[in-house]
Amino acid sequence: MTPTAEPIIQARAIEKFYGPPEARIQVLAATDLAIYPGEILALLGPSGSGKSTMLRMLSGLASPSGEVLWHGQPVVGPCPNVSIVFQSFALFPWLTVLDNVEAPLKARGIVGTERTKRALRILDSVGLDGFEQAYPKELSGGMKQRVGFARALVVEPEVLFMDEPFSSLDVLTAENLRSELLELWDGKKMPTRAVFIVTHNIEEAVTLADRVVVLGKNPGHIRTDFRIAMPRPREHQDPPFLEAVNYIYRVLTQPDLVPTPAPEPETAPLAAGAARAKYPMMPHARPGGIAGLLELLVDREGRDEIHHLADDLAFEIDDLLPIIEASSLLGYIHVKEGNAEITPEGQRFADAGILRRKELFRVAAERVPLIRQINRALANKSDHSMPSDFFHDLLDEHFSDEETERQLETAVTWGRYAELFDRDSSGRFFIPEEAPQPAGDEVGGR
Amino acid sequence: MAFPQLGRSLIRERSWSVLVDLLVFAAILAGIYAVLATVKYWMGVVTPAAHISRSPAALPAYAFYSLMRMAVAYALSLVFALAYGYIAAYNRRVEMVMIAVLDILQSIPVLSFLPSVMLSMVALFPTRQLGVELGSIVLIFTGQVWNMAFSFYSSLKSIPRELREAALINRFSATQRFVELELPFGAIGLVWNSIVSVAGGWFFLMACEMFVLGNHDFRLPGLGSYLQTASSDGDTAGILWGLTAMITVIVLLDQLLWRPAIAWSEKFKMEQVESATEVTSPILHLLRNSDVSRWVRKRAVEPLWERLTTSPPREAPVPAARPRHRGRIVGAVLLLALAVAVPYLLVKAALLLKGLHSEELAATLRAAGASFGRVAASLGIASLWAIPAGVAIGFNPRLSKVAQPLAQIAASVPATALFPVVLLGLVRLGGGLGVGSIILMLLGTQWYILFNVIAGAMAIPTELREAASVFRFTRWQRWRTLILPGIFPYLVTGLVTASGGAWNASIVAEYFHFQGKTMSTLGLGAQISAATDSGNSQLLLISTMVMAMLVVCVNRLVWRPLYRLAGSRYRLDS
Repeated sequence: MTPTAEPIIQARAIEKFYGPPEARIQVLAATDLAIYPGEILALLGPSGSGKSTMLRMLSGLASPSGEVLWHGQPVVGPCPNVSIVFQSFALFPWLTVLDNVEAPLKARGIVGTERTKRALRILDSVGLDGFEQAYPKELSGGMKQRVGFARALVVEPEVLFMDEPFSSLDVLTAENLRSELLELWDGKKMPTRAVFIVTHNIEEAVTLADRVVVLGKNPGHIRTDFRIAMPRPREHQDPPFLEAVNYIYRVLTQPDLVPTPAPEPETAPLAAGAARAKYPMMPHARPGGIAGLLELLVDREGRDEIHHLADDLAFEIDDLLPIIEASSLLGYIHVKEGNAEITPEGQRFADAGILRRKELFRVAAERVPLIRQINRALANKSDHSMPSDFFHDLLDEHFSDEETERQLETAVTWGRYAELFDRDSSGRFFIPEEAPQPAGDEVGGR
Repeated sequence: MAFPQLGRSLIRERSWSVLVDLLVFAAILAGIYAVLATVKYWMGVVTPAAHISRSPAALPAYAFYSLMRMAVAYALSLVFALAYGYIAAYNRRVEMVMIAVLDILQSIPVLSFLPSVMLSMVALFPTRQLGVELGSIVLIFTGQVWNMAFSFYSSLKSIPRELREAALINRFSATQRFVELELPFGAIGLVWNSIVSVAGGWFFLMACEMFVLGNHDFRLPGLGSYLQTASSDGDTAGILWGLTAMITVIVLLDQLLWRPAIAWSEKFKMEQVESATEVTSPILHLLRNSDVSRWVRKRAVEPLWERLTTSPPREAPVPAARPRHRGRIVGAVLLLALAVAVPYLLVKAALLLKGLHSEELAATLRAAGASFGRVAASLGIASLWAIPAGVAIGFNPRLSKVAQPLAQIAASVPATALFPVVLLGLVRLGGGLGVGSIILMLLGTQWYILFNVIAGAMAIPTELREAASVFRFTRWQRWRTLILPGIFPYLVTGLVTASGGAWNASIVAEYFHFQGKTMSTLGLGAQISAATDSGNSQLLLISTMVMAMLVVCVNRLVWRPLYRLAGSRYRLDS
């Protein structure tokens, strides 16, 4: 567990770009990261911070620019002795449980009874005794992930990678599997020397990890990298546990993470050369979610710690963060040191009725560059409509195709709520007939 | 949960087993004899124009020959489709070209391949029957391979990322990846496309077994040539005999081959939970439980599987740099070959077309217009009856239980085999082929629309239908707001397939040897058939090009936008 030991896998200045070379988007800034023997390393971060990309580069699935060393040797293709537990299980549905677990052994040229014996032994240890001949579709989610674990562990990997392995399971099943994993690990019942787990669940990270790395986004980079020295099993109510959770929440919600409204995006250069200039990203939250958060804050006398809010709502950080970001972008809350505090504007919004809310939201949304841009473009055209592709082209220098579409979708949700603009089924943006012009006529309030 | 499944495999069903074993054994013997007989016949002296007996007693042998041709053509198609799909899916540099080529080849009618295929095959084996047979087989092949290749290609492209990564991180060898990931993933698409393809093979069997090429007469013993001979002699009894034999073979194939194949392919579904409705096949069930097949599985299938999926032992797993230059050399050679061949062929084609008169060109365009009109008319007429009927069947489970199998059998009869019967009627009524060919096209195309509409109507959620009756929609309102939008995506799929079928059918529907004379009408299909018959290669080339262009354009300009509309606006899920 000493960080001075030789790392098993070491990444040096790895970075990742997407898109064509002339307009590439950086998803991960040059980053160093090493996996040492004896540790469980948890990688946390908001969606879009390149967690999965990082996992794929460290395991050798994806090729980075920069280099990845395996015991000091550069790797080409997948690392020699690692395996992965996937979020979606990634079992072969046409193979039985036993065949699924034997498949990686076959690839290693292990034959006959030796192979079956090893597979049965590992199935036994993850509690799948008696299910050898079943097909994955006959199993529950938790059982499927057990097969996933068995398949990963059967090759006795030196490093076990896990990509949000518990996030498609229900809470209890996940809890159960986590503690079984820890039992195997702490009881030295698996020959694995290091575990690398990607998660968006802060408590999961603190429960499992010896070391936590938190990523930030736009482009992905390491925000913090710290060790948790508590003995396992860890109690969720212990002060050090809570402290660690709080610390991570604070890091994840630091103000500098919230994109501040850019000065004047219209004047910002949008040429290909500026592709890497940051474009403020819209957090993917719905107006209804924002309203809900504000109402909750009003109930709490206007301020609360964010992780309390998450707990009370039973929200994962990934679900709550966009709502927090959006509220702060709209000027409805202030985020400071892991606390969220409602602003007078936010208070007004929370107190208003539905029509008045829309009106307030319309004003507040004008602060958001993308909303403002769409609105201006539509208002300046005689028929008040524009094809989707126009805005696509505007954004795709800054985001991946997928993210561009999500950005536009969120913009539409907001624009629709504010009755500023809408998008029809063919993808055309337009200003609805009865909508107030952006100049701002009065709509009959309450 | 898992227990019923586990339990089922423990209870051995013995009651039928001995009989089944005998049957399986007999089938294997018969298969071996069939192969030997075929080889003997193929290696024999060439008789390009065999005498076709019209006696019903000759039918079993003819059915056998036709079946062998279809089987070999299908095996060729499968191998080709797997290879083509694989290369296209994994080779970025050639992918776009290969898919475009596939698109165009798909729109070229079988008959247009006829002269080049036939002459080259006969030249390859001038003294053996094999040459003529191979020509016919390759013709059948060109009618069924493209959609299979496309299906495998798109399956490969849609393998989920995490499954791919699971294979990659575990260092599956290429063969292990192929047998344990790629082939299973593509299996369902391949099975369904095989069924469509083989149906297409039956459709063109008559054209592929008996034709005139310039002054050469080709007649191969088979069901197709039997039917053609009977119809050109105007022998009604013979037509009916041939038809019966063909339908029998098709129904048997469906029961003995395709249904078990579909039931077997259920296991390759990507679903994560077990579905309630599964296709079952008693034949497959029996086969799985017979001792012979168990023995074959244990002695042949499993060891082979083991050989294919297991890599040689590796001591120190060292990541080796992959040799990339070899692929690059192959690519460069291929590119060079293309760079030489394409311009050469283009020049040849241009020289050939230079001799074309402007009247011939005008005639071709007029013919194209006529065929286009017929295709549109047949689609329209088919829609008129198939949409209401399909909706009625789809909405009524009891009716669908009766109607669907009947319709399936009706649909499995190749329309070409029915042509003589329909023509008999037409001639008696005094109608010509101009209108008659629309009816002939209709025979082949209406089923695609009907089946898709049934599926679409069944997919409309009951709640929506209940809502429509609660709100007392008028009949017109129901159709406009519920039924038509609900079936739209399915209808588009049906229409696309039907229009492809109609264009294909135009070749045989517009030009027919019947009762000793040739009936034909103005149309692109007739022109292609006539050009083949008379060996007029420039006319054949220009009419094929016009048809391929028409089909590709209609696909791009009409069907693709409709598909997009169906995918975005008229989706019932989400």
